[in-house]
Amino acid sequence: MKLTIPEKEVMGHGHLACQGCGAALSMRYALKSLGKNTVLSVPACCWSVIDGPFPHSAVNIPLFHTAFETAASTASGIKAGFEMQGKDVNVVAWAGDGGTYDIGIQALSGAAERNDDIIYVCYDNEAYMNTGVQRSSSTPWGAWTTTTPIKHPKDRPKKDIIGIMAAHRIPYLATASPAYPEDMIQKFIKAKDIKGTRFLLIISPCPPGWKSDPSNTIKLARLAVQTRIFPLIEVKNGQEWKLTKKVHKPKPVVEYLRLQGRFRHLTEDDIALIQKNVDENWEILSRKLL
Amino acid sequence: MPKATEKQIFFKTVGDMPPLAVSLFTMDYNKTGTWRNVRPVIDYGKCTFCAICWKYCPEPAIKLERVEENNKEKLKPIIDYDYCKGCGICWTECPVGAIHPEEEAE
Repeated sequence: MKLTIPEKEVMGHGHLACQGCGAALSMRYALKSLGKNTVLSVPACCWSVIDGPFPHSAVNIPLFHTAFETAASTASGIKAGFEMQGKDVNVVAWAGDGGTYDIGIQALSGAAERNDDIIYVCYDNEAYMNTGVQRSSSTPWGAWTTTTPIKHPKDRPKKDIIGIMAAHRIPYLATASPAYPEDMIQKFIKAKDIKGTRFLLIISPCPPGWKSDPSNTIKLARLAVQTRIFPLIEVKNGQEWKLTKKVHKPKPVVEYLRLQGRFRHLTEDDIALIQKNVDENWEILSRKLL
Repeated sequence: MPKATEKQIFFKTVGDMPPLAVSLFTMDYNKTGTWRNVRPVIDYGKCTFCAICWKYCPEPAIKLERVEENNKEKLKPIIDYDYCKGCGICWTECPVGAIHPEEEAE
């Protein structure tokens, strides 16, 4: 029998991720596709804990722990060092949504403007999960977090990071979901061979923060794609938009929302509004698609 | 290249530490199997050897072993209970229902 994803494992076991962590699974796929010739730059995020305490590490490759706002600039520096030595190494900045959408955006924008030769990966769990579920600008409309309690749920939509990065005209930009590992690994392999700043956004279900069952992680990552909340796309040079996973019959968003405790307080009207917003966003996206 | 270790390493004095903050050892000492409340059990009679459980395991706590059956090479999934955290992704995703949860005895 032929396996659909590479068999060789780079990430080790014994890491400190919660049960059913989407970020740990995404890292496993990323390292499978990028291989051992990789260096990671990780700001304050879940992955700075998952990796394990000094002098232990779960990833079996060099990993640089850096400050919250500097994932992209540290990766640029590491890459510059390797270029001086004449070595060709994949340098990956691996940040959560807080370190990408909010705190790290100026470093990311700077690296994208300089077109530094790095891969920037954002695993998007839609809040500051590591510090105890605080709202970030990636949190979707209506979601519960500890700083947006049920009486005052978030009333702003999620920031359009794909639009922001596409506006930088970077050579490669893609979204991925751990429920479609073949698609994700293909995107990583494609990104590996492109020069310049490459950006990948991965939806990463978080059972403690989304108040979902750990066994539903893959189901949620799949439903996010099937309901068109998180379409799988890739963008080249900010111009060529392409859908990599076609959804012929989109499922209603209620199927995705009802599996998560953070949306439990939503009324029928709220859900209808979310459905309307998702349909509108899809309309906007489908106009850009080739 | 980090060394595999079954015991957690502690430094007694500053002099024992490496000159740079480099992780020299793997996390193998951390047996995350103790986190588990329910254990997944594979029924090899039903298993079709599709490796979907292996593909979606976030630990990775499922290993693939090459076995010969009717002159065909198959990849048999084996759960490593030392590291399985019991998240339940494998029994939710198994397309033929060959993995079922069992309550932990202790």
